[in-house]
Amino acid sequence: MAETHAPAPERLAWTLRTYVRLAWTWCRALAQYPASLLLLTGMVVLASAAEMGAVAIVFGHAGTLVGFTVFEGLLVYALAATAFGCADLLMGSVERLGQHIRTGSFDAMLVRPVSPLVQLATDGFSPRRLGKVVPALAVLAVSLTVCDIDWTVSRALMLPVLLASSIALCCAVWLAASCTQFVATDAREAANSLTYGGQALTEYPLALYGRGIVRAVTFAVPLAFVSWQPALYLLDRPDPTGLPAALRWAAPAVAVLSCVLAAAAWRSGLRRYRSTGS
Amino acid sequence: MSPEHAPVVEAVGLGRDFTVREGRFPRRRRRTVSAVRDVDLTVHPGEIVGYLGPNGAGKSSTMKMLTGILTPTSGRVRVTGLDPSRERTRLASRIGVVFGQRTSLWWDLPLWDSLALTRHLYRVPADDHARRLAELTGVLELGPFLSTPVRQLSLGQRMRGDLAAALLHGPRLLVLDEPTIGLDVVSKSTIREFLLRLNAREGTTILLTTHDLGDVERLCERVVVVDRGGIAYDGGLDGLRASVPAPRVLVVDLAAPAPPIEVPGGHCTRVEGPRQWLELSANPARVISEVAGAHEVVDLTLREPGIESVVAALYRAGSPSAV
Repeated sequence: MAETHAPAPERLAWTLRTYVRLAWTWCRALAQYPASLLLLTGMVVLASAAEMGAVAIVFGHAGTLVGFTVFEGLLVYALAATAFGCADLLMGSVERLGQHIRTGSFDAMLVRPVSPLVQLATDGFSPRRLGKVVPALAVLAVSLTVCDIDWTVSRALMLPVLLASSIALCCAVWLAASCTQFVATDAREAANSLTYGGQALTEYPLALYGRGIVRAVTFAVPLAFVSWQPALYLLDRPDPTGLPAALRWAAPAVAVLSCVLAAAAWRSGLRRYRSTGS
Repeated sequence: MSPEHAPVVEAVGLGRDFTVREGRFPRRRRRTVSAVRDVDLTVHPGEIVGYLGPNGAGKSSTMKMLTGILTPTSGRVRVTGLDPSRERTRLASRIGVVFGQRTSLWWDLPLWDSLALTRHLYRVPADDHARRLAELTGVLELGPFLSTPVRQLSLGQRMRGDLAAALLHGPRLLVLDEPTIGLDVVSKSTIREFLLRLNAREGTTILLTTHDLGDVERLCERVVVVDRGGIAYDGGLDGLRASVPAPRVLVVDLAAPAPPIEVPGGHCTRVEGPRQWLELSANPARVISEVAGAHEVVDLTLREPGIESVVAALYRAGSPSAV
């Protein structure tokens, strides 16, 4: 019987391995119903295609929108869809927290010697969510080649950093929104307005929206750093909403800060849960 | 004290208050309710302790505090020497927990997958795991449904699966919250016999809450009865019987129906045709001769008070609304 008394890096590695193991077990379970899995994946791909089509139609109609061409618009869309798709794949199940609390399965997670967050995030892990990620990555690849991007070394190096911070940011938003379910177990719909609503918002260049909204999603819930600011950086364009250009460099820091805040929300939610015993 | 002899559970003055809000918004008031009050409980290695009490007596809250799911508001508690709420994760690998009302297996996975995952989550060495799995599969007869998804198992099968999952890492303490709830007679007895064997062979300490007094009579040498948050009785089963005056009952079959019999030391509580139930307050021999003198008696049975009536009397004695 081994106990968790190992140094931090080893614990982290073990947590990651456990994540992969739990996720893999769920994939195997789903693979027992291949038809259902294929159908659901197909539906997710179709939904992604419809969203993409909508972006193409909006831009196709107008030619350019707030100075963005079709492919520049698709770049914004692809950045947002990739980030949200990956976050959904990694952390999407967290939004079922309230359900786990109501049925008591969250208690079962608490009496296992594994972080309840890992158990929650992998619960019902499904490869069908790749149906969002793969098309998004394809569109991203196409728009990155078609758009007029000045590929300097620093820009090429920044691309993976920006993608990683967009994904981390989305995970953080997802987790923080789900933590409201510690307080109100049926707050899932409200939290979804932030997660899915946020995704819809970031799929278009923010310059389309009013100044108030742009400021809110830059400074309050920093969704602007998911796709808008990275796109401005990649296209090397001044911010049409009038915010300082230096903001685009803040994306990684914003992502780290958001993760720290989301982790704090999770911890305090867990503490609250364990002291209410609902 | 050496670790093998140190108490498995040690709670002193354990208490848990909940704040409830009452009334509508402008006049909302907070009131504090004690779900668990001043519980002193020491469980030694190898004991099987039944934790009894009416609904809402604080059984589940106590179990949640012992397993680290709930943080106590007062008192001190150690389980296998650890503070459950602070060292929950470490404690988790030393204890096994089964909630009868819900499963801790993965609902959509075959039972086998849940059991295999347990090995990794609890970091059990592969050969230990294989040995224990083979053992548990044999004793709990899991073989026929190892590859069935948990959601398709019957309640009895699921319960056995849950027990296996809770025991694969060889916990020192097994906490069971209503382990036989909803099970049929055969499943209940399978599980009881299994627990007795486990306790005898491996010395696993077992703490169980239950409403099923059959569990208590078969399993527990020691019973703790809680009522309204506090401990009402802690001791042996015989002591429990003696602590509450529950009368013996004489069942009399008369040759013909008769009006309710009233004799010194015997009081009729029920009549069903020629059969009557007399509650005894004196020596049964005297009552029997009195009854036989007055009526033609076909048959007689003397019934000891069941543990049910003892516990019912104890719950009633503790509640202010009775009397």
